[in-house]
Order: sequence, then C-alpha cells, then structure tokens
Amino acid sequence: MCGIAGLRLKNPDLYPRLGQLVVPMLDVLASRGPDSTGVAVYRHDVPPGEQKYSLCAPAPGYDWAGYVSRLEAAAGVVPVAFRPRGRDGVIVTSIGPDRGPELLAGIDPSVRLFGYGAAIEVYKDVGPAAKVCAQYGVADMGGYQAIGHTRMATESAVTTEHSHPFAVAPDLALVHNGSFSNYASVRRRLAAEGVRFDTDNDSEVAARYIAREMAAGADLTDALRGVMKVFDGFFTLLVAVGASLAIVRDSFACKPMVVAETADYVAVASEYVALADLPGVDKAEVFEPMPEEIYTWQA
Amino acid sequence: MAGVTAVELSCAELSVREVNAALRELPDGSAVRITEPRGRHNLAVGLTGRLDITIEGNAGYFVAGLCDGPNVDVEGFVGWSVGENLMSGTVRVRGNASECAGASARGGLIVIDGDASSRAGISLKGGTIAIAGDVGHMSGFMAQAGTILIGGDAADSLGDSLYEAVIYVGGKVRSLGADARVEELGAGDVTRVRELAVAAGFGHVSAEDVTKIASARHLYNFDALKDQKY
Repeated sequence: MCGIAGLRLKNPDLYPRLGQLVVPMLDVLASRGPDSTGVAVYRHDVPPGEQKYSLCAPAPGYDWAGYVSRLEAAAGVVPVAFRPRGRDGVIVTSIGPDRGPELLAGIDPSVRLFGYGAAIEVYKDVGPAAKVCAQYGVADMGGYQAIGHTRMATESAVTTEHSHPFAVAPDLALVHNGSFSNYASVRRRLAAEGVRFDTDNDSEVAARYIAREMAAGADLTDALRGVMKVFDGFFTLLVAVGASLAIVRDSFACKPMVVAETADYVAVASEYVALADLPGVDKAEVFEPMPEEIYTWQA
Repeated sequence: MAGVTAVELSCAELSVREVNAALRELPDGSAVRITEPRGRHNLAVGLTGRLDITIEGNAGYFVAGLCDGPNVDVEGFVGWSVGENLMSGTVRVRGNASECAGASARGGLIVIDGDASSRAGISLKGGTIAIAGDVGHMSGFMAQAGTILIGGDAADSLGDSLYEAVIYVGGKVRSLGADARVEELGAGDVTRVRELAVAAGFGHVSAEDVTKIASARHLYNFDALKDQKY
C-alpha cells in the first residue's frame, strides 16, 4: 500500500502550524504504511545564499561536533551551523549545492545525505508516523509546504535509506505510492549516463529521473510527462520542487489520491480520512485527480 | 412511529468497531444517525437488520459493504467500494463516490447523487447501481449480472469484458471496453430504466434516450484455433 500526504499553505498565517497540521495526516496514514515514515518540510529560515543539508547519522550518539569541524576545515567555510534533530540533524552553510553533496560524502561516507537546498529539510526513519514524527519534532516545525510518506515496503528493504521522501536534487522531493515494474531498465540507462543512486529502491529511480530532466531544462510538468512515458507500473506521485507542488497518477489510477483545496491551503492524501481534521476541510473543494493528468500548484 | 428506536452513534466517541457492533444489536425498524464520520472506513458494514441509517457527513472506504437488509443514506461523499458485495437494501450517497462503487454487489440498490470514479460496478453480480452524474474509466468491468444506470457521461473502456450485466448511459461514452457493444433499446429496457430513474429520483434521465451497452459475447469462450498460432 503506502500512504502519501502533502500540505501546501497559501495563507502565511498558517505557516507556524505546518508541522502540527501534517503530523496527524501522516499518523492516520500509518494504517497504509506502518514500517517507515518520512517527511520533507519546506521553510525559508536561512539567509539568502545559505543551504540546508539534512544528514542522517550512521548510529545514535554520532560525533556531530567532530563532523562539523572536519567539514569547516575541508571547505574553508566558517561558520557551519548544526541543528540537531534526534539522532540526525541539519547543517546550515554557504557551501553551494553544486559541490555540497560531494564534499559532505568526503567527510564521512557513512553519514547519509537525505535532502538539501535553500528551503527543504528531510527527516525519515523506520517506524510508524507517530514515532518518527515525535523523534524529529515534526509537529513543532513551521513552513510553507510539506510532503510525507508512510511506507509498506513491497520491492526493497525496510531501512532508513529506503524510506521516502527521496530528495535527490536541490529542494526537490518525491513520495510514491505504488510500484514501478521497469525501474531496473530505467536505472541501468540513467546509470550509463552517469546518474548515481543511493539505494535499489524503485521510487528513487523516478526521483533521479525527474532531477535529471529538470537539470537539463525541463519544468516539473514536462518532467512528470516524461515519467508517464518512460516508467511502467502503478504510481501516484507527489513531488515538491522549491515553491511548486505536483501530483500525477498512472493511466489505471489504481493508487488512491484525494485533493482538498481552500483559500488557505491545498492538501492531498491517499485517503480523505487523513484530511478530515484540517481546518475548514468541510467547506473545501474535494476531488480525485484524474489518471494521466498532471496537477501543479506554484507561487 | 410506535416501537421505532431512534439512536445516535458518534464516531467522535466510538471506534468503527463499536459503531458496527452497536448497529448489529439494534432491532428491526430502528432509525440511526451516525455523526462525525470524518472519512472513517467500514462504517455500517455486514448488517442484516432492517435499519434506516443516516451517516451525517463524508465517509471512507467500504461504506455499507456486505449489507443484507438496511437502508443507508450518506449525507456526503464516500471513498472506495461503497456498497461492496451488497446483498440487499439500499445505499444512497448524496455526494460523489470514489472508485469501485458497488463492486461485486449481488443485490440491492446503490444510488449516487453525484459522480462515481473509475471502476464503478466492477464485477457486479446482480445488484443495481444508479449514478446521477459521470463515471470514470473501466466502469462495469467484468460485470456479470445486474444493471448500471449512468445519468451523465462515461469515461474510457466502459463495460470491458462484460458478461450478462447491462449498462444504460444517459450522456456520452468516451470509449467502450473490449467485447462491449451498443445494443438497441427494447420496450423492456425502457421500462427498466424508467422504473430505476423513478426509484433513484433521477428527473434528468429520459428512459427512451439512453444508450444500452451489453456484452458482444465474443470473449465467452476461448477459441484455441484463433489465428492458428498455438
């Protein structure tokens, strides 16, 4: 199964409540995916030019202070701020996204980079939504949009790295409900073109494909049109890029999705029950996305 | 009415299991209001009593599934598979229905006042489904027996692999599925549609003007000699 949820706030008055609104959505969707949970939170809380790198520790009690001083020495950039979140944390630095991922991998390859960009923060782990959201304090996070995922693994291992979202380019994150059937072929083709992968997960292939298309100049809609042409299988995808949010379902639309839109927000979820506690949802326009149609919301 | 029990069950206070257990205990003729459903799944399922149940709001998956007796009225929209495997009784949805409305229903009547999403009436086994608005793709897929009335338009692949179920469409059909064909309306069809439109309260459906879709029966038997490739 898997559950996916997204909330994009139109009313800035709601920004401080983003996490508080998203956590119950994911908690409800734990029934669709109890084995792992993840969320990408988007917020503008660093000065222009600064980037956030969401890092996952190889084990609890990791020496983050040592990591930061090695990074400062290697990059020659001071200061590098570290914001701890449970076992993991976010590095805030002026190191740009062009050289950041490689530089970080060189500091300690066992530290995993789960997302990076000017706005995005990614938190994910094995465990049901209530546990994972509590361990990272997601309910207390503000922001302008978030996408999340509750996983019931069908095609690759249940580990922190295999959890969604897959955030593989600056401020880009993808969550997927379904299963791609030809992803090994697509991955081989992308790998031959130099694209590198962190996991053997099918959804990561779609995220890498979208990232590559957009790096080559495609907009999000074009990239998702490409997904429909290139990928075979079942998918309802929710993709966030910077200030944009998009959804697309395969031609059979076997994997559910409900959208509720009000003057204050756009909310999407696998099941309406996950939207039922949102303020004013009883007056929202609620619809099911059509198969093979790309829906986007942007500033 | 004397002897009628009026009951209110709030989903804010009770679990779905408790709501269904309470419904199962009620005597025939009871009138029940289920409040604050908030999209919960499996409300009013597997009931055999002659109850009149009103769900006051939007409900989730499998509403009134497996029921054999009650009348269920949903004052909102519903998720997947409303009235799934319905045996008898009526289910009315005042809003839209998500996918697989009336899947495998063996009897009873399911009325959707709004639109139904894809695969409405999939594998229908004798029940009757009336949808005032449009239906999504693959509706009536492999429907074996029963009737589907669509007041609005049908999306792609309507009636794919139909058996003996019959589909009537008031609006346009984007495309027919494999082995589905348009048939001429007979007097019996017009009567059937007229009665069903009255029962469903569909004033906008003109019984003489619907399109009838039924099986061409070419897929009934596997033809081992077809194309001589085996």
